Amino acid sequence: MLSALLIMASIAVALGAVLGYAAIRFKVEGDPLVEKIDAILPQTQCGQCGYPGCKPYAQAIANGEADINQCPPGGEEGIRKLADLLGREFKPLSEEHGVEKPKSVAFIDEQRCIGCTLCIQACPVDAIVGAAKQMHTVVAPLCTGCELCIAPCPVDCITMEALPETVETWKWKYPVVDIRRAA
Amino acid sequence: MIHSPYLRKPVSVRQVMFTVLVALLPGIAAYVWQIGAGILVNLAIATVVALAAEAFVLRLRRRPVGLALGDLSAVVTAWLVALCFPLIVPWWVTALGVLTAIVAVKHLYGGLGQNPFNPAMAAYCAMIVAYPALMSQWPSAGQLDFSTQLALILGGSRDVDAITGATALDALRTGLRGGGTDVATLLGQEAFGALGGRGFEWVALGYLIGGLYLLARGVITWHMPVAFTAALAGIAALFWAVHPEQFASPLFHLASGGAMLAAFFIVTDPVSGATTPRGKLIFAAGAGILAWLIRNFGAYPEGVAFAVLLMNLCVPLIDMKTQPKVFGHRGDRS
Amino acid sequence: MTMRLSGFHGGIEPDAHKHESSGAPIVPAPLPARLVVPLRQSARAVAECLVAPGQQVLKGERIGAPEGVLGTAVHAPTSGTVIEVAEYPMPHPSGLSTLSVVIEPDGEERWTALHPFDWRARPRNEALAHLRDCGIVGLGGATFPSHVKLGTGTGIEVLILNGAECEPWITCDDRLMRERAADILAGAQILRELIGAGRLVVGIEDNKPEAIEAMHAAAAGLDGGVAVVPVPARYPAGGEKQLIRTLTGIEIPYGRLGGEFGVQCFNVATAHAVYRAMAFGEPMVSRVVTLTGNVDRPGNVEALIGTPIEDLLALAGPRRADTDRVLMGGPMMGFALPSLTVPVLKATNCLIAASPRLFPPAPPEQACIRCGACARACPAELQPFELYWFARSKNFGKAQEYHLFDCIECGCCAYVCPAHIPLVDYYRFAKSEIWARERDKSAADQARERFEFRNWRQEREKEEKAAKLAAKAAETRARLAAEGGEAVAADAPPAAEDPKKALIAAALARAKAQQAAAAPKNTEGLSAGTQAEIDEIERRRRALGLAETADGTAAPDTPARDA
Repeated sequence: MLSALLIMASIAVALGAVLGYAAIRFKVEGDPLVEKIDAILPQTQCGQCGYPGCKPYAQAIANGEADINQCPPGGEEGIRKLADLLGREFKPLSEEHGVEKPKSVAFIDEQRCIGCTLCIQACPVDAIVGAAKQMHTVVAPLCTGCELCIAPCPVDCITMEALPETVETWKWKYPVVDIRRAA
Repeated sequence: MIHSPYLRKPVSVRQVMFTVLVALLPGIAAYVWQIGAGILVNLAIATVVALAAEAFVLRLRRRPVGLALGDLSAVVTAWLVALCFPLIVPWWVTALGVLTAIVAVKHLYGGLGQNPFNPAMAAYCAMIVAYPALMSQWPSAGQLDFSTQLALILGGSRDVDAITGATALDALRTGLRGGGTDVATLLGQEAFGALGGRGFEWVALGYLIGGLYLLARGVITWHMPVAFTAALAGIAALFWAVHPEQFASPLFHLASGGAMLAAFFIVTDPVSGATTPRGKLIFAAGAGILAWLIRNFGAYPEGVAFAVLLMNLCVPLIDMKTQPKVFGHRGDRS
Repeated sequence: MTMRLSGFHGGIEPDAHKHESSGAPIVPAPLPARLVVPLRQSARAVAECLVAPGQQVLKGERIGAPEGVLGTAVHAPTSGTVIEVAEYPMPHPSGLSTLSVVIEPDGEERWTALHPFDWRARPRNEALAHLRDCGIVGLGGATFPSHVKLGTGTGIEVLILNGAECEPWITCDDRLMRERAADILAGAQILRELIGAGRLVVGIEDNKPEAIEAMHAAAAGLDGGVAVVPVPARYPAGGEKQLIRTLTGIEIPYGRLGGEFGVQCFNVATAHAVYRAMAFGEPMVSRVVTLTGNVDRPGNVEALIGTPIEDLLALAGPRRADTDRVLMGGPMMGFALPSLTVPVLKATNCLIAASPRLFPPAPPEQACIRCGACARACPAELQPFELYWFARSKNFGKAQEYHLFDCIECGCCAYVCPAHIPLVDYYRFAKSEIWARERDKSAADQARERFEFRNWRQEREKEEKAAKLAAKAAETRARLAAEGGEAVAADAPPAAEDPKKALIAAALARAKAQQAAAAPKNTEGLSAGTQAEIDEIERRRRALGLAETADGTAAPDTPARDA
């Protein structure tokens, strides 16, 4: 009886020591979950989720404060990936946070721009160039399509333009399998 | 076809399956000649049940019935089931076996191309577990006339031990377990013929001829038959050389039971077998060794079916670990 | 000369269908009424347009300047007038449009001044630039810029000339080798010198005895080091990687250039174009196109780049009733043209009028039975059925692990598949999906980085402002202390507040003064138009209440609606 207790106790101590050593030796830096969630988010930085950027939203998801269906630019696919990563059930995009739209970029009507710099300050990725009282323009390849520049513009000269499909961005379609056709 | 290639070789699944059926004919002919024409009744029963089951399940799954029935895969499964079951098994056992193969093993896993287990072998295993007595009565050559066979198949009296003896494999196993005798005495009995069960060596030869035809037509590759027979014969030879009184000869192992059917028609099933060249060798050799082990040390006299199912389980791992080197990547670490 | 051939795994042997079009000599195609020259002529690069509508151009005049690393120049195929620069549908599976120059020929075919290039006397990089400026791209179909392929010109041992032409129906290289063998070899010699290769090997499929004969005869006149080697006719023997392997045993993996392995490969037609570019300074304005399939007079024509494909097909006879589509390229790797108004590109080697009789529609797709026929046929030694499962289930990571990108899309797997699965379509789908995801990912990474930098910058600005403020406050406090010690001592608590307020007030006053004093700069000597524009802007701004109001209060500089 005593020897059994001793054996169990010493095994427990030994395993505990191993675990403790492993925890120190293989310590994971930072919070990998937040990084993993952030990697799935589209980095639009639009704030539609209710958080000031993708990283804070990722942090909120990781802390269990936010749900996974609050990111309209990520769309259904993004939610699926998050559900996969977190082992949760898929749920449709929450309507209060917006709807999924085709990717588009901001365009400044240069005739109407008055050079107020408000959109430059609003842009989360510094994709708008210009100076006070000078005409502004959007660097299209850098624009994430977050639409944050539209509201501040006092003359409503910013519009969202859908990106046209080009030979480079064209994709081969999923081969349609219609087995029933053959019946 | 909307995109290239716009050319297609005139081949089809139906053709592949038809070639397999043709390749089975020499074996069937030898069976009829040596053992009995009752096998034709079994084949007919199996075919009808298989087609009906396939059509029914496809209906349930809302798949095109005509196209899938036309691919003849169900007929191949049915024939293999009928050929690996004993000749005089009652018709409903054959039917149940075919139903197991088509409904449970094939369609429950997603239909053609998706089943992880060989349907015929799974059916054999299910039936031998469920009806061990019925599944172990093999008549040998010339023992029963056609009307007796027919009566037995269609549900006549089943005073079986009086009609048939045990198979050579069965006799060997029980005889050696009992002790006090050796292989030569056991197999010296007149009922067992020169190699395996009397008459069955001719059937095995028929399968071999059909198998060579499949090889010639490119339906199967050499890997599986060679690895299977070499492994089975190799391990048998090893033990036979040391203890000839305890272990049967490699030739006996090759010619008896379902070894030849398995070598060319069962392990070569592309759906449930390994697919890479190295994987095929491992898969078939594993099946051969397991078959010998089960024959000698297992609870059932014939081990091929269980061996194949066990190797089916290993296929995903085998395939993953034996991926061939890709063009330009021969130097890469695997 | 005998040579040990290494061969390659797999491959197929479909009916060659070469004799239909290989009999007749190459004939020049007549000048069409209108040429549409897409500026996208080399792989993954669009030339920058150099002409405007209404402009007169001469034959061979540059109309597009090379852009980017993979860019090559584009030239006017004939003399005439530019009538439009606009988006026009291009021959591409997508049927999408690309920026094109539309030229109305004047029928005179007047050449611009051409400058032959002495590649022996001039530096190597100038020679490469000359090829780029002559718009020389690979004519085998991939249109990879030749000057890029010539690379650094070091470490190359073998130069391979690809005359295999393994796809069924196509005979343009066959005819070119029969008729212009000497020019091809002259071009090959130039390439060999530019790339610094010791040996030149010409690989030709053994089903083209006349071409082999012609090339042999032409090679006999050269000073050696040239081998014309017949290779077994088995598709895809003419695939660049397959031909290199057949002739040298070297395997080039996906994403690497032959140059890294001491071998480089050019198409025979490319060598011919290189010769024209060097010896005569002629840019690439035409190419040989095979017209074949369901037509009355199959053959090969030399067509100007930009010739509408329907004009070209008319040369082979009127359209037959059962022609249901036209393929560009061969039947194994080509594609059905979305419309016949699209023009000939530098990549257009063959046009096949297809009919259900020649190319029967595929039987319905059935389930894969893992029979392995595709794996036995795959020249890249892949496991196509595994890739199919992964692509079909959109498991792209696994597909890449199984070397999806080593697939050359030759179509052998789909050709032999007994279940009639459009395997290549699954690979194309998976590849373009992966590329799209990578584009999205790099855009997201860039956005993340920029967002984080912006946050960091804002944080830093805030800190700097606070530090400045604190410093100024301290300074003011010190000054006030120096001015009247007692007063400060008495008003100790408000003093802490006061300097800040004082600072703000002072700043406001300064700003006001500045604004009042601020006069528009550079306003002298403006043209009336500019002045009017300025007035207009000022008017708009006033209307919006943004300009300084009459009483001089500052315009709302602070973000009023900053989110």
